[in-house]
Amino acid sequence: MHVVVCIKQVPEITEVSIDRRTNTLVREGVPSIINPFDMYAIEEGLRLKEAHGGTVSVISMGPPQVESSLKEAVAMGADRAVLLSDSRFAGADTLATAYTLAQGIRRLGQFDLVICGKQAIDGDTGQVGPGLAEELGIPHVTYVRRIRELGDGMLRVERMVEGGWELISTTLPALISVVKDINEPRLPSLKGIMRAKRTPVTVWGLEELGCDPQRVGLTGSATEVVRIWTPEPRESGELLQGDPEQQARQLVERLRGLGVI
Amino acid sequence: MQYFLSEEQEAIRDLARRLAEEKIRPQAPVLDEREEFPSQLMKELARADLFAVPFPEEYGGMGYGLFELCLVVEQLAWACAGVATSYAASFLGALPILEFGTEDQKRRYLPSLAAGERMAAFALTEPEAGSDAGAISTTAVRDGDHYVLNGTKQWITNGGEADVYTVIALTDKTKGARGASAFVVEKGTPGFSFGKKEKKLGIRCSVTRELSFTDCRVPAHNRLGREGMGFLIAMRTLDKARPGVGALAVGLAQGALDEAVAYASQRVQFGKPISSFQAIGHKLADMATLIEASRALVYQVARSIDAGQRDFSKESAMAKLFPADVAMRVTLEAVQVFGGYGYMRDYPVEKRMRDAKILQIYEGTNEIQRNIIASALVRELKSRRR
Repeated sequence: MHVVVCIKQVPEITEVSIDRRTNTLVREGVPSIINPFDMYAIEEGLRLKEAHGGTVSVISMGPPQVESSLKEAVAMGADRAVLLSDSRFAGADTLATAYTLAQGIRRLGQFDLVICGKQAIDGDTGQVGPGLAEELGIPHVTYVRRIRELGDGMLRVERMVEGGWELISTTLPALISVVKDINEPRLPSLKGIMRAKRTPVTVWGLEELGCDPQRVGLTGSATEVVRIWTPEPRESGELLQGDPEQQARQLVERLRGLGVI
Repeated sequence: MQYFLSEEQEAIRDLARRLAEEKIRPQAPVLDEREEFPSQLMKELARADLFAVPFPEEYGGMGYGLFELCLVVEQLAWACAGVATSYAASFLGALPILEFGTEDQKRRYLPSLAAGERMAAFALTEPEAGSDAGAISTTAVRDGDHYVLNGTKQWITNGGEADVYTVIALTDKTKGARGASAFVVEKGTPGFSFGKKEKKLGIRCSVTRELSFTDCRVPAHNRLGREGMGFLIAMRTLDKARPGVGALAVGLAQGALDEAVAYASQRVQFGKPISSFQAIGHKLADMATLIEASRALVYQVARSIDAGQRDFSKESAMAKLFPADVAMRVTLEAVQVFGGYGYMRDYPVEKRMRDAKILQIYEGTNEIQRNIIASALVRELKSRRR
């Protein structure tokens, strides 16, 4: 059983602020983490390996610093880590990303299941998983909250939908994207951390992947981000002065004035 | 202070810290309140390979030493001294096997203890033999290829939860302490049972039980070392384990200081954060200084033992005595900094104060540590005169 887990390195959003002048994320000094939803994907891959044997490969597209996230996945128990990195991959939208990841997964060889997080917490599109499945020509199920059964070329999962869940069977190989209900990700182990320190991350660029240069990066992107802005910050409210009694009186007057009471 | 840890030592400390923050700290108050053994957390520690740290690689360990064990214990105790005690007590129970076991005994027990699949416990204390450990009365009488154990061990940490017990018993009653031997007794051995779980002031999630041996037959090949070596094995084990207790005290005290500093910085009285008052600021300064001195002592003693220092009972006693007294003082002060809130169980410092007290008592009371240090001083003087 060969499980491939796709991960993305994202800024830890709890630590991100917005530069009011340029309306962009201030990324300097912000720690990078594995996209939290991808942590569930890694955990599920490791659990499948523990239950069925085989290997877990973890793959990501991004700049060289993504290596640290891939090493963390190895520390958790992944067997192999591959980084798709090339300056020509920069600026990729979900279409170009899906294509590039598909090239990487093909190069990994035969696989049974690809697992993605349901979406990334920075881009929030949730499109790469399904796009990747289309590129690979395999079926996919999104928002998986539980794997019921796996074996003999088939997979049965529970898919979360509004107000309930669906039971879906599919043939393998397939791709699933997972939600946080599926498991609780483990912490890395010490032996894993030491192994990750020794395990080199394989890096593949455009040539190694045999990518069509027209289909990667900004060039291969069908969409363009025209403008990013943040909503106007809400103005602070008015503070009523005086002791509680006076404040209450003022409040009642205001509410009467507005016709609320 | 910078202790110049190696990259691997940093990885060990950081992983233990992460477990402490993410897994242990949220549970600590609940486990304390329910007096519940942290079985699930022990599994998490095992999965993170933290039990493996101080065991040799040939027995499935990571091949590190006492210093790295101290790094782990300190971080665990930063979150909960009860969890740290359960962890450290397992190593205490394993130490006699590690230090005095035959190859066969090591192969039989160490791999599962290093993996954290099984836990260990060390059983010396008896109702009438606390600080006077030589007064034990549990007996082990040879009968063919077995020993028959009879007696009671008291206040055994991990009692009932551990699977492997190293038990000190008399094989020759006429010789007192010189007639003691050490045995490995497995849970489930007929004639080996557990008494009630003790209700304690602090470290309430760690379990403390009585062990009873009634005509309990233990295979002779489970004896550690020769007959009569039991007391020596016990003392060597305690000597080696003491810096671990010191590390536990350092972590516990550091946690209390961190909480006190955070509280003092946000608690406003007389229109100012209380940290700006000298009465509070100086308290915090003294707490921080005492903790750093304890840490430096524990780290250096642990490193010296790992580096092969031969006779270290004096230093290891100091590395337990001083941090334990510091932890008691620091946690008392932390409660004072919190004022009335500090006395309330909704706030975290009263637990630390309750937890700290045991550090001055278990694994050799602080009075016994002073005895060890004092007698070493006299011995040193005599050997200089000679």
